[in-house]
Amino acid sequence: MNKFGRIFAVILFIALLSVPFWLRGNYSSPQVQIDSQAALDRYGFYFTEVAKESGVKFTHTSPRLDPKLDHIMPIIASMGAGVSVVDFDRDGWNDLYFTNSGEGSKNALYRNNGDGTFTDLASQMGVAELNSRENGVSMGAVWGDFDNDGFEDLLVYKWGRTELYKNNGGTSFTRLEDTGFPAWANINTAVWLDFDRDGILDIFLGGYFRESLDLWNLPDSKMMPESFEYARNGGRKYLLRGLGNGKFEDATAVAGIESSRWALAAGSADFDGNGFPDIFIANDYAVSELFLNQDGKRFVAAGETSGVGFSPKSGMNASFGDVLNDGRLSIYVSNISEEGILLQGNNLWVPRQDNSGGLKYDNQANNFGVELGGWSWAAQFGDLNNDGTQDIFLTNGYISADKTANYWYDYSKVTVGHNTIIGDAANWPSMEGRSLAGFQQKRVWLNDGAGRFNDVALAIGVKETLDGRGVALVDLWNRGVLDVVVANQNGPALIYKNNSAPGKNWIAFELEGSKSNRSAFGASVTLHWNGKRQRQDLTGGIGFCSQNQRQLHFGLGTAGSVEKAEIVWPSGKKTTIETPGVGKVHKIKEQ
Amino acid sequence: MSTNVSAINPLAMAGDAVPTKMWGIDSRFIAPILITLILLVGQLSFGILESYPQTLTAIGVCIVAEIILSYAVSGKFPHLASAYISGISAGILIRSPEFWPFALCAAVAICSKYVLRLEGRHLWNPTNFAVSFMLFAAPFSVASLSIQWGNNIYAMMVIWLLGSVIIYRLKRFHITFTYVAAFIAFALIRSLWTGHSFLAEVAPITGPMYQLFIFFMITDPKTTVRHSKAAQIIVVLAIAGVEAILRLMENVHAPYYALFIVGPIANLIDIYWLSRKRTVTEAAA
Repeated sequence: MNKFGRIFAVILFIALLSVPFWLRGNYSSPQVQIDSQAALDRYGFYFTEVAKESGVKFTHTSPRLDPKLDHIMPIIASMGAGVSVVDFDRDGWNDLYFTNSGEGSKNALYRNNGDGTFTDLASQMGVAELNSRENGVSMGAVWGDFDNDGFEDLLVYKWGRTELYKNNGGTSFTRLEDTGFPAWANINTAVWLDFDRDGILDIFLGGYFRESLDLWNLPDSKMMPESFEYARNGGRKYLLRGLGNGKFEDATAVAGIESSRWALAAGSADFDGNGFPDIFIANDYAVSELFLNQDGKRFVAAGETSGVGFSPKSGMNASFGDVLNDGRLSIYVSNISEEGILLQGNNLWVPRQDNSGGLKYDNQANNFGVELGGWSWAAQFGDLNNDGTQDIFLTNGYISADKTANYWYDYSKVTVGHNTIIGDAANWPSMEGRSLAGFQQKRVWLNDGAGRFNDVALAIGVKETLDGRGVALVDLWNRGVLDVVVANQNGPALIYKNNSAPGKNWIAFELEGSKSNRSAFGASVTLHWNGKRQRQDLTGGIGFCSQNQRQLHFGLGTAGSVEKAEIVWPSGKKTTIETPGVGKVHKIKEQ
Repeated sequence: MSTNVSAINPLAMAGDAVPTKMWGIDSRFIAPILITLILLVGQLSFGILESYPQTLTAIGVCIVAEIILSYAVSGKFPHLASAYISGISAGILIRSPEFWPFALCAAVAICSKYVLRLEGRHLWNPTNFAVSFMLFAAPFSVASLSIQWGNNIYAMMVIWLLGSVIIYRLKRFHITFTYVAAFIAFALIRSLWTGHSFLAEVAPITGPMYQLFIFFMITDPKTTVRHSKAAQIIVVLAIAGVEAILRLMENVHAPYYALFIVGPIANLIDIYWLSRKRTVTEAAA
């Protein structure tokens, strides 16, 4: 044996063993809490949590389902804290709607008083008491003007009976009967869209548990996913074509959207540029799905051909953002990351420049630095510091209970099992008060504009570690900055008020369709300024059980002017606005 | 998981001569063929890999490291079946969103073969050493394969049946069988101890990681004891026992760490015994 060769092998071996210890520092969070002035100087903004002082005292509670699930109830009853933004009375101030899930608990509609405070009018307006054993409990809500009367109506999707409330001129709501919605389904995501471009809103509903299950009265305990990453025994999907009168007809089969995966989040936008809105679905226990709208009648499943339908994970969020300021939408899907145990990583599906071979995406989450976010839920794109790039606010955390005991071992034990094992809740070990991916630090990723995001959450004041679910971005006080609202499971809602440094400009667009659906869902605005261009789409629900404000907000950095804004309406019509003024909301009606 | 069958001294294997050919194929290629089959079934059926480039990185680094180190240490061009198996195993068994863990795991596996050895034998199974090291030292970027391969029971049955036949022909089936039986027995004991369902305790062995573990890792001829079949059975019982204890301690990586702990101890004892036996034989002669 060669002595020097042996010495070489030993030295090489020691060097290799030292590598992780050298790299470890790159993975530890560099964040520290800093004072607000330092945050302003360094990042251009900081957040102050103001929910209570603003009068928003909403606290979410979870349901108590069938006793057969008692031993793992925190895992099953782990969703339902949703938040959606609406100006329901059209007074020019964005209001907030929170969903609750405990039987007998109340949803909340916080009217923005315009003076920094909010008042819960849900009970008064008849949209509070929606949660019961008999009719199911809320999982989220989306607002859309289904009858084109100028006032956003309310759809609440539930484990149970999906509800539609007509907005009566901003003064009251009327629950509509015989809507054509499923009598009972376990829905976890809903999106308003106008898939046939007839100017009337349609709705997509994504089922989680299969619709035959009444979660309060289970025939047996075999209701879990048949696989941790390849499950197809979830709820069906519904594509319901709106008739404009509060009634909807089932177009799912005709449209070709057939999936029984476990949907947790969906979004709609025209990804392939053919003028028709497509549908993206982030599925738990499976791959994501992309359905491309061919002609307003038929959809084609394009998950595999586009690249987003590989590598099954635990999809919990679907949001869209122009991360490179090149006029193209990337898709962000959140998943699970737990050190040493389960490193799925979130996906940032960035479209390829060359689409000659059809729409193709590559997962760039690692390259962009937005891959590891804990047990991630909702994530929203928005320019939080008005520097001209789209940032990401991500919430996370699954079950925060006993800090000294966690359920990861038992979870990892049963989730690798064959379907006869994983699919039966009776086989899942009891949680016994343990945590599972709890007490997690949220992420606020600032986009540096060059393809890299940096987490500054703690530094800019996001230090709460509640179990976040829904996130909505909204300019709550009409100041030209994006505030953030977070709905927490079994916890209080949070409002992060944005304190922005002076010197950054912005512009916003509030669209109203005429030939298109009046909510203008599906419209896109591409803004050109200072050699840049950024696209934002108006969506009827985005993220995870969330809906952002309808105004499309663009930060401009220090630019004092904008070259033009190009609007593509859902009807296909295009509008170009030359040199729109900065520092204001442009209210644009489709001509 | 180096399974270089040719390197085994048949006389040292309790009288079990490994056939040099199986179904007309050089025995050295049987294990690589089986693990490639597992990879292909898993990937084409369920897409188990993080990505092809990551697995290819692991395979490539293993092969390059094997060639370099073999030349450096012994001046010979190595047979690459062992490195191929180590690479493909590392590519399947660790999960990471990044590339470097696959490269590092592969390099550590091969390097360990040339450094951690005594009297010409490995002390640790190279892939087991490397995977255990990565899980211990780099949890910030590495997790183990802890997913299910879906519900295609037929694909799994093919792998189990084919794997069993091959392992039987290689005269290692007693190791696999003993481990599976012991795992099930310990699952029953854990179930009684914890109050969790028996199926929950059995669940891990139905996953893909164990197919690699029982067909490649614990049966690796280079790192299993050579004293006798009985000794091999005792060792594998010890591995299953330590794993059961680690599972009761809720260690997520129990099988890797159990083999990591038991493997070298068993090999040291084996080397000592065989050395004494050789000394006595030589003295008698």
